[in-house]
Amino acid sequence: MTARLLVDAATVPRLAAHVALKFDQRRGQWLLLAPERLFVLDETARAVVERCRGEATLGAIAEALAADYDAPRARVLADAAALLQDLADKGLVTQ
Amino acid sequence: MSAPGLPYALLAELTHRCPLGCPYCSNPVELTRAGGELATDDWRRVIDEAAALGVLQIHFSGGEPTVRRDLAALIGRASAAGLYANLITSAVLLDEARLAEFAAAGLKHVQISFQDAIADSADRIAGFPGHDKKIKAARMVRAAGLALTANLVVHRQNLDRLDALLALAVELGARRIEVANVQYHGWALKNRAALMPTRAQVERAGATVAAARERLKGIAVIDYVAPDYYARRPKACLGGWARQFLTVTPAGLVLPCQAAQSIAGLQFESVRDRSLADIWESSPAFARFRGTEWMAEPCRSCDRREIDWGGCRCQAFALAGDAAATDPACALSADHAAMLAAAEVEAAAAPPDFVYRRYGAA
Repeated sequence: MTARLLVDAATVPRLAAHVALKFDQRRGQWLLLAPERLFVLDETARAVVERCRGEATLGAIAEALAADYDAPRARVLADAAALLQDLADKGLVTQ
Repeated sequence: MSAPGLPYALLAELTHRCPLGCPYCSNPVELTRAGGELATDDWRRVIDEAAALGVLQIHFSGGEPTVRRDLAALIGRASAAGLYANLITSAVLLDEARLAEFAAAGLKHVQISFQDAIADSADRIAGFPGHDKKIKAARMVRAAGLALTANLVVHRQNLDRLDALLALAVELGARRIEVANVQYHGWALKNRAALMPTRAQVERAGATVAAARERLKGIAVIDYVAPDYYARRPKACLGGWARQFLTVTPAGLVLPCQAAQSIAGLQFESVRDRSLADIWESSPAFARFRGTEWMAEPCRSCDRREIDWGGCRCQAFALAGDAAATDPACALSADHAAMLAAAEVEAAAAPPDFVYRRYGAA
């Protein structure tokens, strides 16, 4: 049994191997496909998820997003951490 | 008539052949023989048509889908079409070589059923000595780097070991656990008295699941299919009739739900005759209970009509004798009291012997 991943700025997040990020042509939306379920991503969530490649820390990802979207870094980090914690608890994000 | 949306998922029932004899088998009472199954090329076309129609997830199921020698080819076709491929299996026929073939073809997830936490009871429920094979297969799935779901069908004869079943699933590395109370359609209805839990068992199970969800947060997700017979409100069966989901049977019939053939009077069409999109969009059987316009009272004016969509049509037909009636699982149904009374009487009596499902003997 593995332990729960607790997401913070030092986490190096990536999508789990069995999860696929996909653009759904018919409905015009971004999705995460996972075992027998799917999750629709809004623009903000997609921006976070597509940077989760097992390379950068969440802190660095938040830094880059804050610059790209001209948003306060602390706020971006808090929102992204909450999103990724939720996805990690569902087994979609790991590190 | 409601305009159809786009289906998200296709249940591909490749075959009814299965070595297990589960008394709650969800396949219809009339099984398709091997000679009547769709050919590989038919399934290839169905898969491509499903992807074009908007389907995102395909569930390869059965019967036991691994009896089909073309399963890896079909997984490969689904992956190439951009579908997320799930394998729903008893796992008793899986070995490392085939699993490697499936993974190479793009399979990402395997769902394995477990009948109980202890081998002798599990094998007795399944009518087949498969429990130890399943455990080995689950370890193979994880060793191959695939996601594992443990499917736990629960009833009066295993509910008291739900905690041990959950522990087994977690120990095997299941990241997702389905705890599903038996749904009494088709073959399962024959075994209802042998399977019906008491209300006390059901209440303990609910508490067990709630505690396990808390304890397993971030370790495993538990999906719980509540038992209809002690419910106050029905489930939104498959998110509503013909709204998100379709099934293709081994013989090629297209159904809005896997049990839909139990409803007399509906004509289902075949992928041998029409495209999946044509059937989805214009089959009268699909249109029959789509949306809310077909509803009578108490559903028609109910503020939950677009939450539960009137519940399960198959259950309404089986228990109320009318597929357009409110699901008797709803306390507002005129048939609810009789449904509950049947459950209480059966659960209080000693369980009769199982009537096993035997492919070939059916």
